[in-house]
Amino acid sequence: MAAVLESLLREEVSVAAVVRWIAGSTQGSKDNPGEAAVLSSLRPLRKEFVPFLLNFLREQSSRVLPQGPPTPAKAPGASAALPGRPGGPPRGSRGARSQLFPPTEALSTAAESPVARRGGRRRVLGPARERGGRSLEEGVSGESLPGAGSRRLRGSGSPSRPSLTLSDPPNLSNLEEFPPVGSVPPGPTGTKPSRRINPTPVSEERSLSKPKTCFTSPPISCAPSSQPSVLDTRPWGLGLPPGCRSLQEEREMLRKERSKQLQQSPTPTYPTPELGSPLPSRTGGLTDEPADPARVSSRQRLQLVALVYSSCIAENLVPNLFLELFFVFQLLTARRMVTTKDNDFELSPGALDSLESPLFQSIHDCVFFAVQVLECHFQVLSNLDKGTLKLLAENERLLCFSPALQGRLRAAYEGSVAKVSLVMPPSAQAVSFQPETDNRANFSSDRAFHTFKKQRDVFYEVLREWEDHHEEPGWDFEKGLGSRIRAMMGQLSAACSHSHFVRLFQKQLLQMCQSPGGAGGTVLGEAPDVLSMLGADKLGRLWRLQERLVTPQSSGGPCPPPTFPGCQGFFRDFILSASSFQFNQHLMDSLSLKIQELNGLALPQHEPSDEDGESDVDWQGERRQFAVVLLSLRLLAKFLGFVAFLPYRGPEPPPTGELQDSILALRSQVPPVLDVRTLLKRGLQARRAVLTVPWLVEFLSFADHVVPLLDYYRGIFTLLLRLHRSLVLSQENEGKMCFLNKLLLLAVLGWLFQIPTVPEDLFFLEEGPSDAFEMDTVAPEHGLDSMPVVDQQLLYTCCPYIGELRKLLALWVSGSSGRSGGFVRKITPTTTTSSLGAQPPQTSQGLQAQLAQAFFHNQPPSLRRTVEFVAERIGSNCVKHIKATLVADLVRQAESLLQEQLVTQGEEGGDPAQLLEILYSRLCPHGAQALALGREFCQRKSPGAVRALLPEETPAAVLSSAENIAVGLATEKACAWLSANITALIRREVKAAVSRTLRAQGPEPAARGERRGCSRACEHHAPLPSHLISEIKDVLSLAVGPRDPDEGVSPEHLEQLVGQLGQTLQCRQFLCPPAEQHLAKCSVELASLLVADQIPILGPPAQHRLERGQARRLLHMLLSLWKEDFQGPVPLQLLLSPRNVGLLADTRPREWDLLLFLLRELVEKGLMGRMEIEACLGSLHQAQWPRDFAEELATLSNLFLAEPHLPEPQLRACELVQPNRGTVLAQS
Amino acid sequence: MILTKAQYDEIAQCLVSVPPTRQSLRKLKQRFPSQSQATLLSIFSQEYQKHIKRTHAKHHTSEAIESYYQRYLNGVVKNGAAPVLLDLANEVDYAPSLMARLILERFLQEHEETPPSKTVINSMLRDPSQIPDGVLANQVYQCIVNDCCYGPLVDCIKHAIGHEHEVLLRDMLLEKNLSFLDEDQLRAKGYDKTPDFILQVPVAVEGHIIHWIESKASFGDECSHHAYLHDQFWSYWNRFGPGLVIYWYGFIQELDCNRERGILLKACFPTNIVTLCHSVA
Repeated sequence: MAAVLESLLREEVSVAAVVRWIAGSTQGSKDNPGEAAVLSSLRPLRKEFVPFLLNFLREQSSRVLPQGPPTPAKAPGASAALPGRPGGPPRGSRGARSQLFPPTEALSTAAESPVARRGGRRRVLGPARERGGRSLEEGVSGESLPGAGSRRLRGSGSPSRPSLTLSDPPNLSNLEEFPPVGSVPPGPTGTKPSRRINPTPVSEERSLSKPKTCFTSPPISCAPSSQPSVLDTRPWGLGLPPGCRSLQEEREMLRKERSKQLQQSPTPTYPTPELGSPLPSRTGGLTDEPADPARVSSRQRLQLVALVYSSCIAENLVPNLFLELFFVFQLLTARRMVTTKDNDFELSPGALDSLESPLFQSIHDCVFFAVQVLECHFQVLSNLDKGTLKLLAENERLLCFSPALQGRLRAAYEGSVAKVSLVMPPSAQAVSFQPETDNRANFSSDRAFHTFKKQRDVFYEVLREWEDHHEEPGWDFEKGLGSRIRAMMGQLSAACSHSHFVRLFQKQLLQMCQSPGGAGGTVLGEAPDVLSMLGADKLGRLWRLQERLVTPQSSGGPCPPPTFPGCQGFFRDFILSASSFQFNQHLMDSLSLKIQELNGLALPQHEPSDEDGESDVDWQGERRQFAVVLLSLRLLAKFLGFVAFLPYRGPEPPPTGELQDSILALRSQVPPVLDVRTLLKRGLQARRAVLTVPWLVEFLSFADHVVPLLDYYRGIFTLLLRLHRSLVLSQENEGKMCFLNKLLLLAVLGWLFQIPTVPEDLFFLEEGPSDAFEMDTVAPEHGLDSMPVVDQQLLYTCCPYIGELRKLLALWVSGSSGRSGGFVRKITPTTTTSSLGAQPPQTSQGLQAQLAQAFFHNQPPSLRRTVEFVAERIGSNCVKHIKATLVADLVRQAESLLQEQLVTQGEEGGDPAQLLEILYSRLCPHGAQALALGREFCQRKSPGAVRALLPEETPAAVLSSAENIAVGLATEKACAWLSANITALIRREVKAAVSRTLRAQGPEPAARGERRGCSRACEHHAPLPSHLISEIKDVLSLAVGPRDPDEGVSPEHLEQLVGQLGQTLQCRQFLCPPAEQHLAKCSVELASLLVADQIPILGPPAQHRLERGQARRLLHMLLSLWKEDFQGPVPLQLLLSPRNVGLLADTRPREWDLLLFLLRELVEKGLMGRMEIEACLGSLHQAQWPRDFAEELATLSNLFLAEPHLPEPQLRACELVQPNRGTVLAQS
Repeated sequence: MILTKAQYDEIAQCLVSVPPTRQSLRKLKQRFPSQSQATLLSIFSQEYQKHIKRTHAKHHTSEAIESYYQRYLNGVVKNGAAPVLLDLANEVDYAPSLMARLILERFLQEHEETPPSKTVINSMLRDPSQIPDGVLANQVYQCIVNDCCYGPLVDCIKHAIGHEHEVLLRDMLLEKNLSFLDEDQLRAKGYDKTPDFILQVPVAVEGHIIHWIESKASFGDECSHHAYLHDQFWSYWNRFGPGLVIYWYGFIQELDCNRERGILLKACFPTNIVTLCHSVA
């Protein structure tokens, strides 16, 4: 490898030739014979060149102290085969390497096994200890160790020296920040890498002289308390008690190790940063070394390497573009060189063209190199967000080393509109209840319905509690909520309830977590947020203010592991705590379905021919829509991946050997949860990679170690790798992918390649027929890929780690402790929700459909969207209208038919099922009208809507065509639904109405009677019924006693009370049937007390009784109320109940005249029949009375009975008041 | 009538062991002339109910029932016209209506072959004329008309008050031109939880979004408010988003702490309602 580099430095071969050689494409065709000869002899090493180069650069820069966040994550392994697979590339590479560093190389290679060799980053454990070491790493990886700082042992041991010897290896203590990549072993023995975490030294035997293993991935989560990384809790660490123990041990060792190193460290050690702070703070005494272009040591060499490096980046030969940029930014902002113990190395002239002298001999070299590389990548830089551009343009080193680049960057900054901002949306909203999907009709039983009702409430209760507590230290999800969640899940017995719950869960997930910060925003398919409609400006300002006050979340370095930030953590923990197989299965089903649905969504096709202003407006909408769909997809896919691979994830190391083979054999039988390979292929074919790949990456990021080894998924990775290679940013052709689209794909793919479970060598192993990645030729002319659907906002939202670049620059500006500019949360693009649902219509009418398609072809896309939208809505409204009119009429008919049936068949009404069938047979044929009515409705409604939505200037012919198409589509939609469902709908509604009617037959007949309302002039000032009942109750309680001697009522009060009763009964506004019933009963009781003269009257003791005349007047008033004003039945027979008549027994002298008067009046007013009174009087005789009272009662009866009969209807009041049921219903 | 917790506690303090009679209420009104009668009655009623809930069990042991019944029988033998049952209830600190029910049940057990059904008992309490024993009928009736916290009449009054306030609220919404769906309409559509009103277009009150309004014709004390939160208000939020609760007879100020979370408390119909403006400026 080094040979290639050396040949290059000696100018034996050109940079272009080298890059061609690496890429393995069209080799030799353009190269001169000399070059070809040199390179072809090295051919077997080709694949190892890039990893070598990357590692070389990291190694070379190891003496530079970067101050940024711990660096570059997963570096690619170069040479090894897939884990556990025997064989691998020939070891020749070592030979090449050993030319450079003979002593080191000789020993290290000799000791290495092919597996151990595969990363230069393997821990110093030796092959024999590999398994144990690996498992420890895994265990550790489950917990976020205290940041990078704890392992940052700068300047410890011996820093790099001019010549690397066995006893004095390069200072790799810094390799955390500059990890070597690929096959360069950091020390005498191969070590095993973990790309997830910086492995801490575990082995006690390890001596300081041995290099620390580089880590290849930044610490998992720097803020474990608030944002538990997925890695740090159960998903992977579930059932991890041994891991925990080993973690303790490891920490212990770490402590020892550190103290040892501290003692020996010749240079100041940096304070360990606090947990949660990814950025080490600098201590005083360190000053930045100024960088001076004039003091660059070997320009030519640096230039050459920079060129090769840049070319590799440009050709996507490196796995992660942004990781390399991050590295370059680190070089650019390097503060100072580590003071080497022996500053004795001077540049020997001969060393210039070899690699024997360090590439970077000073800060000047670093900066020079960085600027050289950046110059080659201006295009990428210019597409970063405005904030980063500003920092770059203001970077004095850049200005100093390349005024030209600085000028271009400044111009780019000034022209940039890519403001990426962070807005915190309001707190969670609940998923709204939708009768169409949530009411009783959607459940199998009442029980299921009510169970789900409770579950919904428990779910939100749990969510609220989580919101309140999850940030509190010491609060534990499982402890706090686990048992409640499981109890709730336990109630979900019916399968249908599971699907309901999953729907709620998924909707809430989408609602709360669309943006990576976990903050909500407008939700797909939900109404736009009201808050944003009400004074959006003010709120926006408020949020921006808040944004400044809230510390930006760290995204965990440039290559963070997959996490569940913010609210996503709730859903993750919920799934884990629920630990319900059924729930997970339903969830996967539901997620898969939604993913397919969204992935297949016909996103509006942009017509490049669209002119000017209009298309701008359209574009914003389309971008927003795309962003919403993409973010939703990513979220859903992430959870799908999480749940789908959950059973296979564990803390144990990936299996090897036979065990692996058997697992592979087993797993290859399991069909994938979602056929992502097909979706990917289709996406690539349809040029929708920009939509499909980002969510697929989220899905795959949760794969377990075995997944990439399965044929099915290997195929996917192969496709992704090819895609990655094909996304050369500098190639911008008509019809090819847009720049930012490419950048997004490169960022997400690069991130994926750094995920620990993705084999590190996958990237370099893949035999990349780089040109052979042919987008299928059947691809549509304009796929999504070629439309500018991605903007910086979306790019940064999807890949918050790109913001680390800006942090690095900001840190440079601020010294170190200043705020780190991080963009983590982004505005979630809002969307016009309705248009999302607009599916392309079913076009089945052959030629007509083709014509319609053709019509749209040359119209702006908004026209088509409008028409489709109108058709969809009008069609849907049409169905609703038919329900509200035709079906409602039929239901009314059913009710009156039912009444007839009930009348003819008597109270029982016959068998309800039979009744229903009769009704169905009579009514369902009317359903046929629905189609005609539907057609008429669509015809009437659609054109107006289209007209209102299209621009005024739309040509008349276009407009009328659009209208007609809309009418046709709407009609088609409505009629298709109606013809399939109208009968079922009628049956369902009629059935519901009948059961309602039959139920209402039972109690409370008074509630159904025809009721008169208030008179027109009524102002509803009458006393409230509750007040009256209360007042009358007081009078009753006074009368019944016990009472104080001074208690009583005045006759005026009584009269007023009865008067008020009349007013209340006339104003029906506040009167409900139960209140009226009680008023009726109380009024009867009151009459009885009047008759028996039992009401204590206020006044002098002699007049404690009501005057006869007053009593009579009050009774008259009551009689009139009973006759005229009560609309419900009045229990007048109570007047003759033994209890009320018995009241008379207590009075002395007994006065019967009022009772007789009352009875006469009742008969006269037709309130009671003579016969009925006779019957009551008759039964009174049966009660036990004092002898004299019984005699007097008999006299009264005789007196009453002796009176002449009046010809009057023998009806009771209630029957009078209540008309025949049948007629009432028939009239209504 | 929004009270601080301290004010409320002061009132509640005066209500300990006060029988639920006309006379007690009169005294309470004299003691707190500045509070509205309805608020006082509501607080009294709720405090008394809490008290009864706490002590309910001890009155329902078979020994207690037996002893009450014997005392009742002895009492009416001496003087059937005296308020035997009412005095008994007051003496043992139990609600008269509930005491009446207890004795009636016991009486029916003795006189009927089958144990009385709940329906029968309720019906007799509503209309004591149906009670086969005239003396007991009078005693029961006396208990019911003298109980201001329990019994069919009180239930009816409470129901009527609730209904009246819903009607009032409806009128106010109509007057403000706010379109809504009421409980019956919601139920017809199959909603599983139904606030009194759901606004078809949300409004803002004091800066808070309101999707639904629930009318409560009672005083919002801690106990009832927490029960309502759990059974109703959060459930509404879970389905319809933030909303407004009107406690017509006031509430404890400190309970209005979920505004940010989406539950706003008021003691009257809000005056400053911000509606969605459709006009484009």
